[in-house]
Amino acid sequence: MLRFENVGLRYGPGPEVLRDLTFEIESNSFQFLTGPSGAGKTSLLRLLFLALKPTRGLVNIFGRDMATLPKKDLPGLRRRIGVVFQDFRLLDHMTTYENVALPLRVAGRDESSYRAEVVELLGWVGLGERLDALPPVLSGGEKQRAAIARALVARPELLLADEPTGNVDPQLARRILRLFVELHKSGTSVVIATHDIALMDLYDARRLVLHDGRLHIYE
Amino acid sequence: MSANAAAAPEPQGRPTSKTAPGPKAKTASAPRARRQGPIVPASSVSGHTLVMVIAIMTYLAALTAGAVDLVRATAAGWERDIVRETTVQIRPSDGRDMNAAVARVAEIARAAPGVVEVRPYSEAETARLLEPWLGAGLSFSDLPIPRLVVLRLSDDGRFDPAALKAALEREAPGASLDDHRRFLDRLVAMARTLVALGLGVLALVLAATVLSVVFATRGAMAGNRDIVQVLHFVGAKDGYIAGQFQRRFLKLGLKGGLAGGLAAIGTFLLAEMTAEQGVGSAAVDQMDALFGRFQVGPTAYAGVVAIVVLISVLTAVTSRVTVFRTLRALD
Repeated sequence: MLRFENVGLRYGPGPEVLRDLTFEIESNSFQFLTGPSGAGKTSLLRLLFLALKPTRGLVNIFGRDMATLPKKDLPGLRRRIGVVFQDFRLLDHMTTYENVALPLRVAGRDESSYRAEVVELLGWVGLGERLDALPPVLSGGEKQRAAIARALVARPELLLADEPTGNVDPQLARRILRLFVELHKSGTSVVIATHDIALMDLYDARRLVLHDGRLHIYE
Repeated sequence: MSANAAAAPEPQGRPTSKTAPGPKAKTASAPRARRQGPIVPASSVSGHTLVMVIAIMTYLAALTAGAVDLVRATAAGWERDIVRETTVQIRPSDGRDMNAAVARVAEIARAAPGVVEVRPYSEAETARLLEPWLGAGLSFSDLPIPRLVVLRLSDDGRFDPAALKAALEREAPGASLDDHRRFLDRLVAMARTLVALGLGVLALVLAATVLSVVFATRGAMAGNRDIVQVLHFVGAKDGYIAGQFQRRFLKLGLKGGLAGGLAAIGTFLLAEMTAEQGVGSAAVDQMDALFGRFQVGPTAYAGVVAIVVLISVLTAVTSRVTVFRTLRALD
């Protein structure tokens, strides 16, 4: 599904923040991406959701080489990847329902074709009663779940989550992890970037550990 | 993998699809059709500010366009009136029969090409002209008072002042053609300078309008940067994102432009009405004498419409360019 070979990344003329990354993310796999602050987790996630291009090496996503990929094909690939941002990035002027339905709306689908699907997904993440609430009145946990629902709604093949439990209590963190595990069982590959060791200890999964720009893999 | 996570509380409900969490079948709990809000917020503080900036700048630009049109029409009127008329002056001298001289001049003038009407001023009319300075009861035998013959000229430019001047010198001694050419040249130069100045001011106001609208639009767009990023990362195509913003900002531009344009048209109409009502008063008559009747022509109204369209399109295009610039920075 996704393959990195000798990938390096630097910002401008500075030193490389990621060095010689070589790894694969298989279909229907589950992995944690971890490492100390500043190790390059967010940079790697940005490479994974096509927000950055590597300065060297080969990145192959869904069988497409990023180096030769035309810009117009990027939105199509992004729709196959769901992203949960650390700061949620919900749009404050849209209701929870509209925020979650956004990926389907921008894909040009008619609202009547996805309405029931979105409502059921919101029920699944525990926001069934909050369809019409605007993000500013949602709690941190509710925002987190709305962001997860938005990442899932288009049935992505790969889900990337950046510190998805960073703003919630341990009980809710376990519940959110459970959501990701359920998702993985239903066939989606999941990458969770976190430095919450307690969370990683809850589920035995592959760990990609970034340290000083280099990647160490613990299967 | 261990099953530690199984100890965590269950999510509320489960995905019903084998391939993805969302259910494929419609459920009884499906809500009624809901009206989806716009992707770009309909109103915001920056949006209101942008509308106000656009309205004010449109109003100023439209007023300038109206004023320039008024100056242009007035200057053209001056030029037209002066070109259409000229005068022959007959100076008295000992033993000259002034009435015969006036009749002779009129005869020569009538024969000249391009002269459509010849109007000799009688003694009585001449006396009336001089009355404000010399008083009533003027005696033509006491004072050497010149006589005037006014010629109305055609618009076709056939009138040849040099030929008429030569004919008068030859056949009517003491008569001279009051060639308005020098005065006219100065007047035309002044009128053209006024119009050029007006156009220069209009160009500056339009440039200021364009720059203000561009900067105000960029300012309003800065508040929407998050929306552009979110749309980008959920897989929206660049054209789709730009289209959403372009439509919203075109509406903002039209709203501000129409407010400013209608206010300017209202000002024109109010000024015309005020001038109309003031006819007969010394001030308005003086203004009429100098500048002609205050009347904004159709060119000015067309200019207002053009400014509104220009500013609306400019707002939309600026938002589009800003979206593409933001997206370029993201990729």
